[in-house]
Amino acid sequence: MKNKKPHFDEMLDDADHPRGPYQDYGNWLAGEDEKRLLSKARESEAFFRKTGITFNVYGQSEAAERLIPFDIVPRVISGREWTRLTRGIEQRVQAINAFLHDIYHKQEILKAGWVPRRLIAQNAAFLPQMMGVTPPGGVYTHIVGTDIVRTGEDDFFVLEDNARTPSGVSYMLENRETMLQMFPELFSKVQVRPVGDYPERLLRSLKASAPPACEGSPTVAVLTPGIHNSAYFEHAFLADNMGAELVEGSDLRVVDGRVGMRTTQGYKAIDVLYRRVDDEFLDPLNFNPTSVLGVPGIFDIYRAGGITLANAPGTGIADDKAIYSYMPEIVEFYTGEKAILKNVETWRCSEEDALAYVLEHLDELVVKEVHGSGGYGMLVGPAASRKELAAFRRKLIARPSNYIAQPTLSLSTVPILTKKGLAPRHVDLRPYVLVSPDKIDIVPGGLTRVALKAGSLVVNSSQGGGTKDTWVLGD
Amino acid sequence: MLGRTAQGLFWMFRYLERCENTARMLEAGARIAITRWEDANDEWGSILTTTGSRTDYLALHDQIEGPKVIDFLLREKANPSSVRASIASARTNARAVRTALTREVWEAVNEAWMNICDALENPVSDAQLPAALNLIRQQAALVRGSLYGTMLRNDIYDFARLGTFIERADSTARILDVKYYVLLPSVRMVGSQLDNVQWETILRSVSAFRSYNWICGGDITPTGIADFLIFDRRMPRSLAFCTSTIAENLAYLASAYGITSMSLSLAEARDRAMREMTIEDVMDTGLHEYLTEFLGTTASLAAQIEADFRFIG
Repeated sequence: MKNKKPHFDEMLDDADHPRGPYQDYGNWLAGEDEKRLLSKARESEAFFRKTGITFNVYGQSEAAERLIPFDIVPRVISGREWTRLTRGIEQRVQAINAFLHDIYHKQEILKAGWVPRRLIAQNAAFLPQMMGVTPPGGVYTHIVGTDIVRTGEDDFFVLEDNARTPSGVSYMLENRETMLQMFPELFSKVQVRPVGDYPERLLRSLKASAPPACEGSPTVAVLTPGIHNSAYFEHAFLADNMGAELVEGSDLRVVDGRVGMRTTQGYKAIDVLYRRVDDEFLDPLNFNPTSVLGVPGIFDIYRAGGITLANAPGTGIADDKAIYSYMPEIVEFYTGEKAILKNVETWRCSEEDALAYVLEHLDELVVKEVHGSGGYGMLVGPAASRKELAAFRRKLIARPSNYIAQPTLSLSTVPILTKKGLAPRHVDLRPYVLVSPDKIDIVPGGLTRVALKAGSLVVNSSQGGGTKDTWVLGD
Repeated sequence: MLGRTAQGLFWMFRYLERCENTARMLEAGARIAITRWEDANDEWGSILTTTGSRTDYLALHDQIEGPKVIDFLLREKANPSSVRASIASARTNARAVRTALTREVWEAVNEAWMNICDALENPVSDAQLPAALNLIRQQAALVRGSLYGTMLRNDIYDFARLGTFIERADSTARILDVKYYVLLPSVRMVGSQLDNVQWETILRSVSAFRSYNWICGGDITPTGIADFLIFDRRMPRSLAFCTSTIAENLAYLASAYGITSMSLSLAEARDRAMREMTIEDVMDTGLHEYLTEFLGTTASLAAQIEADFRFIG
């Protein structure tokens, strides 16, 4: 007799039988030798190290390059589940673009009182310089990484919208590549939809958003802060696979009303810049004057239609955690429909009643900084010590508007392979959404992040999380 | 191609070449140390001079001693030309130009860096030295092999070759210059034991001991060695070979880009001059003077390449 599992496990039901989408994989796994699998798992690490897929961790000495641990048990999503997810994501991304256009133009949603004005006006992510600017093709968020969590068979929630510069897509691609190399036989048994054409789809999508000044086939480049950035490998990977130049701020200059890159044969105009540099650092003349990562004057060229920036500056206002709590309203306001994907219940600590509730229930809640990301500066109430709770309480009282709180969700688990066999661990999912003037394109797959410590809910790679290959089935 | 990418390729291959050259010189030094031990410390001294690191070494150590020199050239963090520092610089540059390299070349240099760092993690004992040097040469050969085997013959390849041959020209000229006095025809003790040692190390430093013997038929003379290392176009590390390869690659770039460049004129002028000169002319001008001038033009050629192809904004 098996006990009911404490959390919804996506692979195994309460009787430890593989659920529907995992049927074929489960059958294959049952015939595999555990020792062989463990040695395969070690092999995968050598594979990653050899190809140099690493990330840098901020705040660690020697700027060490680290690997994100990879687990060889895939995360499987059925075709039916995927269809529902993508419909919900599309709706949300459409609403986000409409919201951004509205906020930077007529602000009707504020006039209608659906979102409070102070949330925009006093928000550091709001970019006044974008007022009245319409990006080429009207697209604000060319690339979105929607973070989704699951708590039950049919219960999916959006945790974050990541509308600035979502990262991690290179892991989606390399994880699949690794699985294909290690278990080719598995892919002939299970119909997994391919993700390998993501770079081509990204390139197509970026080219479709070319600015008015573009003549002929658009020139695309990827802007990186440089080799010390935590996601440098990904920047190089994407540029390489798109056949685009990987540029740094020091390679670029405004020349004759365009943004040019310094080539061995002089300056060449860039039409679409996939920038992996934050708004603030993009242009020292228009934003942070001390930035050395950006290009002086690029924002003026942008406003004049001389270049497309992907994503547009100022999109941060849409994935701000305080705005997040209004997403159901935002979706309804712009699409006229109820949101297909649920939001996680959120207490805005700026509101007196909410703050009182949060302080009362601190040990049950997850509290996040409004502008934080990467799991930094976050409190997981149930896992925190008494001392940590007390310290956080002081921070919360000092600056309530800096925080939001959410219930500690019972996140779904997927097993990982440990030395003692399969063991359930919490996961989330980040699908990648490409937006161009003519369509929204979602690659069937995404990045599954997994908390490697038993019971842990923090999946961020900077906090010791790992990744899994994500399979969307062709059923 | 970005100017910065051209710069990264150029330096990636300079550092890779430097790494290999240092390993070669260490090999020559180690050979002297075990066969002609009475000359060993002088030899380590001239290796430090050749690699341009004598001052840095003496800042750390009072005396020139084999094991310390070996450690300094292989592993010393304060020595930017040590094997460990060179391979790390090669890899850092490769990482910065990752998009210009095939997966094979990138993996080869990344693995070279991992393997060499592993091998040099602790001080290398006399017994381990041959294996360590062998590994370094092998790893460098793997990177070069993957470059030859997988890269398009376009501007990327040209900048890689330019870095290699600028570094190699510089290195061979330095090896000759440090020992130029033993190659002068008028030296009193011609044929003596001392000179044979010196000649041998010069040849071993460029991995040419066997090939020179083979070419000269056993008739080793100092002028013959100088001629071989300066003018022989069959010898891939000779000054003439390096010079014409540089000119050749600059000519490919000029035709691909539809331009003529200052660096091309400079390289071609030097190539022409070398074709018209003989070793006797060099000895008449003075070997040391000739080598000094050669090192000077190599440096200005490198600076001109940097300017012509916009390495820096």
